[in-house]
Amino acid sequence: MRRLNSDHRGIVSIKLNGRRMSAEAEPRMLLSDFLRHALGATGTHVGCEHGICGACTVLLDGVAVRSCLTLATQADGREITTVESLATQTGALNALQQAFRNNHALQCGFCTPGILMSFTDFLRRNPRPSEAQVVEVLSGHICRCTGYAGIIAAVLEAAAVMNSSAGERP
Amino acid sequence: MKPPPFDYVRADTVEEAVHLLAEYGDAACILAGGQSLIAMLNLRLLEPQLLIDISRIPALAEIREAGRKIEVGAAVTQNRLLAWPHLQDKLPLLAAMLPFVGHFQTRNKGTVCGSVAHADPSSEIPLALATLEGEVVLRSHSGTRVLAAREFQRGMLTTARRPDELITAVRFPIQTSRRVAFREVARRHGDFAIVAVAAVAAAGTIRFAVGGIAGQPVTRDFAAGGDLREAINALAWELEGYEDIHASSRMRRDLLRRVGPAVIEDALRCAA
Repeated sequence: MRRLNSDHRGIVSIKLNGRRMSAEAEPRMLLSDFLRHALGATGTHVGCEHGICGACTVLLDGVAVRSCLTLATQADGREITTVESLATQTGALNALQQAFRNNHALQCGFCTPGILMSFTDFLRRNPRPSEAQVVEVLSGHICRCTGYAGIIAAVLEAAAVMNSSAGERP
Repeated sequence: MKPPPFDYVRADTVEEAVHLLAEYGDAACILAGGQSLIAMLNLRLLEPQLLIDISRIPALAEIREAGRKIEVGAAVTQNRLLAWPHLQDKLPLLAAMLPFVGHFQTRNKGTVCGSVAHADPSSEIPLALATLEGEVVLRSHSGTRVLAAREFQRGMLTTARRPDELITAVRFPIQTSRRVAFREVARRHGDFAIVAVAAVAAAGTIRFAVGGIAGQPVTRDFAAGGDLREAINALAWELEGYEDIHASSRMRRDLLRRVGPAVIEDALRCAA
C-alpha cells in the first residue's frame, strides 16, 4: 500500500519518451500538469481539463489516454509517450506527421499533439483502418480549425504509407 | 480547473481498500479508471478526503466465466472487455453497446464497473446490465452482497452502494439470444446519449430497455406481434423524460417513439 498525504510532494518517476525522469508531485497533480510544469515537456497541450477536447492525449504504457484525467502519481513507474517522441532528433517528421502536413490537417495546431498520439496508438492496433473507424477515433477530439476532413485524409494516407513501407523497417 | 487536495492511497489488495472504506465511509472515493471521477474533481463537484486507487489490484483485473455468467472485475477497462475474444459470442448486446461508451481514448482507461458505479442515466453499461438482468458484487468489512442491477441503480447518479462498500465486479448472464440491437442519439459519437435504446428478441417476447429518459435504465418485456408503437408511446408518456441543456422532455419522448420501434426491427432482423 502506498499512502500520500494531500500536502506531501512525493517523487513521481516515469519513463518519458524512453528517458527516465522524476520530479515532485502532490497527489492532486494531474499528469498533464506534471508533464508540462514539472518536466517541462510542453508539447502536450491542455484544453478543457475534463476529458472532452482530447488535446492532452498521451500514451500510457502504449495506449492513448487523457493526461488531464490521470493523476501524475498514477503514472509512477510507467512509460509515457508524448508528441515530442514522434519526429527524429534532426526534426524529420514521421509518416503520420508528414501526412498531416501534406493534407492540411492542422491550422493553429493546438489540438494536433493529442490527435497525433491517439492515432499513433490506433494505427499500431489497426494498421488498415476504414474511414468510419478513423472518424470514430477522431470523435474523441475537438478541432476548431480544419473541419476534420484533412485530418481523416491524413490518417488514411499515413496508414497507406506505413503499410507500403512496413517491409523495409529495420 | 484542478482537483482540490486529497490524500491518496494505492491499495494492493481488496482487503486494504475495504478496510479504508470502513474507516472513511463517504469521505473516501474509489478511483479505478477515473474517467468520470477525475473530471468531477477537476470541476470541483466532489471534495473527497481520500482517494483509494484500486486500479492496480491484480484480483480485480480479471474477466472470467463463472456459472453461466461473465464476471468483470472492477479494474477491467472498457476497451479490454471490448477486445475480449469471447465477447461477441457470449454477450452480443454488450459487444454492440461498448463502442458507444465514451471515446476510444477514454475507454482505454475507463472501467466497466466504474460506469456502473457512476450510474449516469444515459450511460450504456448500466443499460446493458439492466437489460441482461446482471448483478453487482459489493464487498465490505462485514461481507459480500450481490444486488440485481434493478436493485442497484436507484436513480440519477444514485445507487444502493453503502459508503463502506466496494464494487468488486459486475456479472452479465451469458446470452442465449443473438437477436440484439442498440441505437443511441447523441450530439457527437461518444458523447452522453440523449436517448439510448436496446432490444433483445427471444421466442415470443422482446426485452426492451431505454436509457436517458428516466433517472435509471427502464426495461419492459413486450409480446412480439403486439402493437409495439402504441406500447412505446405509452412508455414515453409514463416516463415523461427529464429536461436538460441537450433536450427537452418532449424531445426525449419523441426520440423514444422514433428510435424504439427501429431498434426492435433491427433486433428482429438479426439471425437467431
